Amino acid sequence: MYIVDRRLNPGGKSLVNRQRFLRRAKSLVQQAVRDSLKDRSIKDLEQEGEVTIPRDEIHEPTLHRAGQGGNRDHILPGNKDFVEGDELPRPKGGEGAGGHQGEGEDEFRFVLSREEFLDLFLDDLELPELAKKRLTTGEAKGVRQAGYSTSGSPSALSIGRTMRNSMSRRLALRRPSRLEMERIEAEIARLEALPGDHTAEIAALRETWARLDRRRKVISYIDPIDLRYRRFEPTPKPIAQAVMFCLMDVSGSMTEHMKDLAKRFYALLHLFLDRCYRHVEVVFIRHTDKAEEVDEQTFFYSSETGGTLVSSALETMLAVVKDRYSPEDWNIYVAQASDGDNMPSDNRKTLALMTEGILPIAQYVAYLEVGRDEDPMMLGAIPRATELWQAYSQVDGKDGLFVMRKVHHRREIYPVFRELFQRRGAGQARQRT
Amino acid sequence: MSAKKLHNEGKLLFQGSDWTFDIVQRIYDAVEEIADKELGLSTYPNQIEVITAEQMLDAYSSTGMPLLYNHWSFGKQFVLNEMMYRKGQRGLAYELVINSDPCINYIMEENSATMQTLVIAHAAFGHNHFFKNNYLFQQWTDAEGVLDYLEFAKAYIKSCEERYGQQEVERLLDAAHALKHQGVHRYPRGRARDLKAEALRESERHAHQERIYDDLWRTLPTAKKKDIPASERLGQLGLPQENILYFLEKSAPRLAPWQREILRITRLMAQYFYPQIQTKVMNEGTATYCHYRIMTSLHRQGRIDDGAFMEFLSSHTNVVNQPMFDSGYYGGLNPYFVGYHMMEDIARICVDPTEEDRRWFPDIAGGGDVEGTLRHIWANYRDESFVSQFLSPRLIRQWRMFRLADHEKADNLKVSAIHDERGYREIRRTLARQYDISWLEPDIQVVDVDLAGDRKLILEHYVNDGMLLEEKDAARVLQHLADLWGYEVCLTEMDRESRSSLKEHKARPRDSGPRLAAG
Repeated sequence: MYIVDRRLNPGGKSLVNRQRFLRRAKSLVQQAVRDSLKDRSIKDLEQEGEVTIPRDEIHEPTLHRAGQGGNRDHILPGNKDFVEGDELPRPKGGEGAGGHQGEGEDEFRFVLSREEFLDLFLDDLELPELAKKRLTTGEAKGVRQAGYSTSGSPSALSIGRTMRNSMSRRLALRRPSRLEMERIEAEIARLEALPGDHTAEIAALRETWARLDRRRKVISYIDPIDLRYRRFEPTPKPIAQAVMFCLMDVSGSMTEHMKDLAKRFYALLHLFLDRCYRHVEVVFIRHTDKAEEVDEQTFFYSSETGGTLVSSALETMLAVVKDRYSPEDWNIYVAQASDGDNMPSDNRKTLALMTEGILPIAQYVAYLEVGRDEDPMMLGAIPRATELWQAYSQVDGKDGLFVMRKVHHRREIYPVFRELFQRRGAGQARQRT
Repeated sequence: MSAKKLHNEGKLLFQGSDWTFDIVQRIYDAVEEIADKELGLSTYPNQIEVITAEQMLDAYSSTGMPLLYNHWSFGKQFVLNEMMYRKGQRGLAYELVINSDPCINYIMEENSATMQTLVIAHAAFGHNHFFKNNYLFQQWTDAEGVLDYLEFAKAYIKSCEERYGQQEVERLLDAAHALKHQGVHRYPRGRARDLKAEALRESERHAHQERIYDDLWRTLPTAKKKDIPASERLGQLGLPQENILYFLEKSAPRLAPWQREILRITRLMAQYFYPQIQTKVMNEGTATYCHYRIMTSLHRQGRIDDGAFMEFLSSHTNVVNQPMFDSGYYGGLNPYFVGYHMMEDIARICVDPTEEDRRWFPDIAGGGDVEGTLRHIWANYRDESFVSQFLSPRLIRQWRMFRLADHEKADNLKVSAIHDERGYREIRRTLARQYDISWLEPDIQVVDVDLAGDRKLILEHYVNDGMLLEEKDAARVLQHLADLWGYEVCLTEMDRESRSSLKEHKARPRDSGPRLAAG
């Protein structure tokens, strides 16, 4: 009997099959992943998640009998008071006690890992204008193979090289082979078996044998000088970095609902940037009639009163850029959310800051106008372009750097997001680090 | 008391719940001694492999095989099992055993020492003895060659994927899997399969074909074919044929050689599992009976302590638990329960028979040789024959079994037999039939091919008691079949007795789909 400890064997034997399954059910899983966004809060968007897909599509058919119809006999245990000839009403919804299993559940549920989830979730999206900029150095160290060395850890032993050395050394020093030894042994045995006196020959052969044996011992099979190890060298890997500016109007007119919409959009953008860049920083700037840089908690959960001056936020942002995020080194993304209010007198300044200050240094600017939950048409009011919308309309669509969208309901967030980052043609280079 | 305790401690195999490799070895030796001396088991040599829960999940999804070719359906199985396990809906088996020589037993690292004892007794001796001695396994499986064959199959399918594309192979496997239940020979013919020779045969066939290939032959004009009479045609094609995969492998006109080989692989795998389907009750019954005897014996000898024995009893009771039909948990008869209790009952009949037992089982009642009788039964029966021979009236009474007739024409269900003199034989016969694979699986046969006309493949399903095929699935499988065959396929469901047609399914090969063009 053998006992083998398999616990340290590499796991993930089913990985290939799992991937094939996911690929096969890709369109379904993708749909399920996108649907699941509606129910998930931002916080666990990045967690691994359970998805449900219709069983029908991945069903493996076999030829088997239907669960219903025909004459069937069942043997059941646990008779309490039936006697032969008793009749029972047929239970509704099929014969529960039948020996045949039915189709089972109509839905197939399983867990996707975080990686799989994000891959499916962000599949076919792409950051515009990715090709940028100076890459920072020294952040990560990669390892690459760099020839061979005579010392190293046993796990890095290069068997091919070592054996090649060993063999050439053995050939060069004429190490007697096993075969030679055996030939002499056979010869000795043959002579011993022969009648007559062969002692002299045998003694000579024995001496040769002893000499060869000594030689074999001196010239070892593998000598320390044969050993070669694979050598690895650390190499610095350049890393692209990005900063994401979240600008939001927090004046009284912004309701919780609107902030929630904005937050969802920011979260998606952050998730997305996180996958494209190793290093992503987020800067939160909130504004009323004056702007300030705050932390995330304050940004989303405290409210302020005051008027609305959008230009103040843009100014603050430019100040932060100048202070900490040199456009030379950073990929700059801007996401602005607002209900569209602005002091009419401020529009010109806002526009100027946007076109002259921000657009030249930014990779991408998205303006999201958040509205009330209810359909604006229901109120009888004619949807009127807001102040800010009117102002930004003049920048929109000029060079693809600036986009603006309106969102009223949670379910619109993801479609809008997808629309903005849909992969466009093959012209754009894809860069990942 | 204290002296006895001390004495016991010296003999105890282990204390507490932790195990080490030493302890496992000691346990194995102790169990082997009992299996050998008391039960007279004869087994393949064992190989015990300790694995983690994760590895157990892997093993689950490849039908328990240590290596298997890649296919998405195994991935589906994996995510499903993983989900259930994570949510705690289903625990994992304590062990998994493979019918191979040497017999591979997977045991989980989480098991306590008691559980390791139990699983060694259960799998390494109970199942192992059954695999080695039961006639079905001897007839149908090649324990020695299976691992090598699996390796060949995996490598072969991989090389096909590289040559012909993963998608092409996947389509073919989908179709083959759909027909795998129709891919077994139900009656032995010729010699037992030698899977090692299988692998060799394939490489030889390939080499031979490459050697004799000459493009010139293609240019020779062919002789005009005469019409062949039907009887001769059927004879040439080996029809009627119930092994559909075999028929396709040999006769499908449009398959390439590699496709035939893959059909053969699926077919042989299905055949390998064929005995297991027919012996669930006996196999589990044997293993459970053996582990019960061995554990009790170990406890009697003082080699496991009372605590360990209680732990064993609790898990044994769970295994052989049978909810009654109206308990709300009923999900069919538990094979562990049926098998174990029937074997216990046989042991009782051997040594302490009642008058009734003597009447029902004159051959074994009071024979005295419990182990010999059971070994004989383990070797020579399958579930169906086992139940129909050895289910005793006493057990039918004890389990209060009854027969419920669900007839299409009747408005109500009818209790047609209960545990009384009139009912014993009825119940026993019906239950045995429920374990009979030729009754469980629909009887579908390839009956003819329209060779002169459009090469339509004609199949028939002989319907028992009006139980038709599940329609949606049948249509899908037929589609796969048509893709493999390359021409139209027609399946008629007809009543077994009257031979009147009840339903017809048809399918044409998909044009865009797996055009399995001859190559």
